[in-house]
Parts: sequence; C-alpha cells; structure tokens
Amino acid sequence: MSLTDKEIQHLEEKANDIRLSIIEMLIEAGSGHTAGPLGMADIFTALYFQILNHDPKKPDWPERDRLVLSNGHICPVLYSTMAHSGYFPVEELKTLRKFGSRLQGHPHRDFLPYLENSSGPLGSGLSQATGMALADRIDRGDSNDRYIYCLMSDGELDAGNSWEGAMLAGKEKLRNLIAIVDRNNIQIDGFTEDIMPLENLRARWEAWNWHVLEIDGHNFNEIVDAVGEAKAVFEKPTVIIAHTIPGKGVKEFERDYRWHGKAPNKEEAKMALNELRTLGGKIKSELE
Amino acid sequence: MNNLNPKIFDKDVEQVPIRKGFGEGLLIAGEKNENVVGLCADLTESTQMHLFKQKFPNRFVQVGVAEQNLATVASGMTAMGKIPFISSYAMFSPGRNWEQIRTTICYNNANVKIAGSHAGVSVGPDGGSHQALEDISITRVIPRMTVISPCDAIEARKATLAAAEMVGPVYIRLAREKTPIITTEETPFEIGLGQIFYDSDERGSTSKIEGSNPSKRAGIIATGALVYQAIIAAKELEKEGISVKVLNLATIKPLDEAAILLLAKETRAIVTVEEHQINGGMGSAVAESLAKHFPVPVEFIGAKDKFGQSGTPAELIEHYGMGIDSIKKAVKDVLARKK
Repeated sequence: MSLTDKEIQHLEEKANDIRLSIIEMLIEAGSGHTAGPLGMADIFTALYFQILNHDPKKPDWPERDRLVLSNGHICPVLYSTMAHSGYFPVEELKTLRKFGSRLQGHPHRDFLPYLENSSGPLGSGLSQATGMALADRIDRGDSNDRYIYCLMSDGELDAGNSWEGAMLAGKEKLRNLIAIVDRNNIQIDGFTEDIMPLENLRARWEAWNWHVLEIDGHNFNEIVDAVGEAKAVFEKPTVIIAHTIPGKGVKEFERDYRWHGKAPNKEEAKMALNELRTLGGKIKSELE
Repeated sequence: MNNLNPKIFDKDVEQVPIRKGFGEGLLIAGEKNENVVGLCADLTESTQMHLFKQKFPNRFVQVGVAEQNLATVASGMTAMGKIPFISSYAMFSPGRNWEQIRTTICYNNANVKIAGSHAGVSVGPDGGSHQALEDISITRVIPRMTVISPCDAIEARKATLAAAEMVGPVYIRLAREKTPIITTEETPFEIGLGQIFYDSDERGSTSKIEGSNPSKRAGIIATGALVYQAIIAAKELEKEGISVKVLNLATIKPLDEAAILLLAKETRAIVTVEEHQINGGMGSAVAESLAKHFPVPVEFIGAKDKFGQSGTPAELIEHYGMGIDSIKKAVKDVLARKK
C-alpha cells in the first residue's frame, strides 16, 4: 500500500508545519526538548494524518486507536501534531509550559483530556500500552482490529520497566500492540552506545518474541508500510525500530545530543524557522 | 460493639489471615463485575489471588517477578475500562514500584486497587527484607490514593468489595499471619469511617471511673492486625481502673477526622497503634490532624526507626514494642502527660 506522490507531498508539508510550530513553541516556552520532537515529526505526521483511526472532533470516540506516548519529554511534537490535526487551536501551542496551560511540560491528562496517558518518568509507557492491549483482547478477542500504538525512545530502553513490558507483551502474543522506538542514538548525557549500549537492539526484541521491523523514520512510505506489515502479523506484537535523525529539519541541530534537552535561544530559533520556512533553501521564505 | 465477634475474648477465638479476606473479597468482586481483573507478580497463592485466578482464568494476568510492570500494566488496563486488582508483598508493591504507582496510577488517575500482603513484622521468619513497615507512609503521601488497613479477614473482604466499587486508586494493606476475628458479617464497613470497637464506659465495668475521674480516661486509635492487641490492652487496663475507648481506624486516608476529634475531646489523651514505622504512618496522620484541630498528648506504638528481623510473629511484636504490655504502658504514659 504505497503512498502516492501527492499524498507524500501532503505529509511532507504537514510535517514541516509541525516542525515550525515546535520551534515556535519552544522559543515561547524558553525550555524543553528540541532534538526528539523534530526527529519524530515525520512519524507523528504519518500517524495522525494517515495511519490512526481517530477523530479529532470526537476525541473520546470509544472505537479510536490508542496512542501512548511513553517518552513524555518529546510532547512538543505530540501537541503540535494534535493541534495541526484539529484537536485544539494551533495558537494554543504558544502556552507550552506556562502556568495554567493545558500543554504541561510533560503531558498530563488532567490538563489535556485528549491524551491517553500522562507521562514523563521514562520506561512505563510500553507497559501501559501492553495493559491496554491486554484489556482489549479480553473484551474483543484476537480478531480485534483496534490497535494500541506505543511511541518510545531508545534511551528509555535502559529502564528495566521497558523490558518488563516487552516480556509480558511477547508472552501474551499481543498482535494489537505496535511499538515504535525512536532510534536516534542520543540521550541527555550523550550517545546511547556510550551511555548504555542497546545493540543488538533487534535481537533483544526478537528474544522477547516480538516481530521486529527497521525503517528510515523520515520515509513516509516506509512508516506506513511498516505499520501495515505489523497489522498483518498475527502471532506476536510488532516493534518498529525507526532510525531517525535527532533535530531533523534543522541542519544545526541534527545528530547533536546537546540539543536533546534544551530549547533554542532567539537567534537559533530564527535560523531554524528560516531553514524550515524555506524547506532547507529549496524555496524563498515569505518573511525575507 | 454489639456487632463484634462475641468470642473475641475467648482463648480459642477463631484466627484467620487477613489476606484471606482479600482473596474471598476479590472473588466476589469478580462475580459482581466482569470488568474486575487480577494481576499478580508470582505470588498468586500467598496473596490469595488464586481463588480469583481459578474462577476467572481469562481475567487473570501473571506478570512474573516484575512489580513495576504489575503497576504499569494495570494502569493501562484501566484506560480500557477495567478495574485491576494487583497483588504482591507490600515490600514490593507499593515498595519497589512506588514511582510507577505515583505516576501511572495516581497521577494518571487510574482506577487500580493495590493489595500489599505480608505487611508488618508479623511476617515472621522471612526476616526484615520482607517485612513492610513503610507502606502506609509512602502510599498516604500520594495525592488521590485511598489507604485501607483492615483489622481482620472479614473487614478485609468488605474493604476489597468497597474498593472495587469506588472509583480511584486504593491501597489495601494485608498481613500474613493468622489474626483473631474481631468483626462479624453485621459489623458495618465504610471507606473513610472509623469505628469505636471497645468502650470501657459502655461496658459498664468502669462506670465508677467514668465521669468521676477523667484523668483515668484515654483513647486508643489502632489499625490493622494490632487492633486486637489494642482491645485486649484496653480490657486489661479496665481492671486497673483506667477507662479506654478503642477506635478502629481501618481507613487511614481519607482520615476520619471527625471520629479522631471526638475521641480526643472525650479522652484528651491518645495512643496510636500500628504495625508500621512510627515515622509517617497512621499515628503521624492522626497527629497531623490533632495538632491542627485539638492538640492533646499522643503516644505512638509502632516500629521506632528500625528494620525487622526473623522470629515468630509474637516474639517480633514484643521485641519491637508493639505488644499488649507496650500498649498498656503507652496508655499510662499518655495519662501521665495529660493536663
């Protein structure tokens, strides 16, 4: 089920808008994470504009797919994507991390009820998603075509809780569970393979009885195809190891772990916005 | 008091582990509501969840020795409308998985019921590593959490059923050892309500003391397995001319401030009794309330900033100063401080 060129162009434009909003949010907030949200913008775009069975006008629609964000610190990309897909006004994005805002520094359902989970402390999301998938199977059996998506980081795979969830999901053969790991190779203190090596990552997941796919996390066709394949696997849960470029879209930020946990200053944000507005120099910015 | 076990003072009073009441209660809760599910971390029989597992194998999840997963998977299940009960030893849940309980259950406002068995030194020979003495402190401090510490198996069954019916996170504290049956089927139970389980004045045996000598009147507030010891202590103190009321504080959070305040006003001297660290436990909760509303002298029975060790339950209760004699001494001490 390949996407047409027109569909791909549409998704690329959406992803670019989402990245612009991420930078705008972060500069307003003055703190927050930059690299992860930019790196995951294409996957969030594919999910919200192509893959998820959801309705932004009816966020509590019971039949919706569930999206669990485990690494809550990349919430700027979640908020930005939700706003651009119609859950709330794009203008509200500028309230990120401000007192009274629905857009808490790490996602909190008390403030923004459209979220499936409140998160922040790493390593728990996969287990929550596993619980959702288990509960759904109890109610609907294996022919259930509702899916639970868990978005998680590579760094949080240092946490034992992550693997406890992976073990249980593998044991229970939860075909309705699809995990997507943002394999961007960075965490706060440095590169993952220096901080706490994760390789051989594929073999680790396979050992817990997961179907493993590896994709370029910036290629919309690969993202959509991988989810399609995951749905066709009936005997186990699927993990999509999405190789992404942290900071993707802004050359200055790309692949630099120092951008993991900080927001750009005004100068850096201006540069980033200009690069995104011109699609990396391909078009002329309307602001110039 | 009329609703309590008439054989409570008999030598051969029936004794049942409190955790057994949880197992029975969970089975009934499962029969009443098909959304009730059970999750266990490799301690299914010890925590008495095996009864539920046998009856509802499709609603039981075995997570293995993984208490963090136990809490987080349960959180996820609530998002799909389930009412999960999770059980392990209190030392591991809510001990080992405290942050997951705080974030994925309470912060997420997930309708999970946490049963922590083998609380207190009365776990016995397993030793200090397995004797949870900190669980009340760490659960009652979390916003949204309800904390219940039943005094016997019958109350534990009622507490389990009540927990299933209320919406919100609940911690139910259970003990391993056989404990005398204090209550009956007819004893009322409601989350958040304390009840007077012993009243020297009402029994008439101390009517000569009551009224005439308020300096000989004290209140005991007890929770969990030590409620029995508190009642026995009260009865024995009667013979020494001391009038005691015993309040069974089965719910530690939300705190029944009205009952505590009434007892404090009547007696003006309080002793708290719990098989838990004094620091941060039920006694602390009582003292927080009294300090604000009606300061009176308080003595605390509990572990004094010490870990447990191996021994028989009776030896350990005695050694750590939580036995009947220690309670009696604390009552006399608090009376001496009374103004």
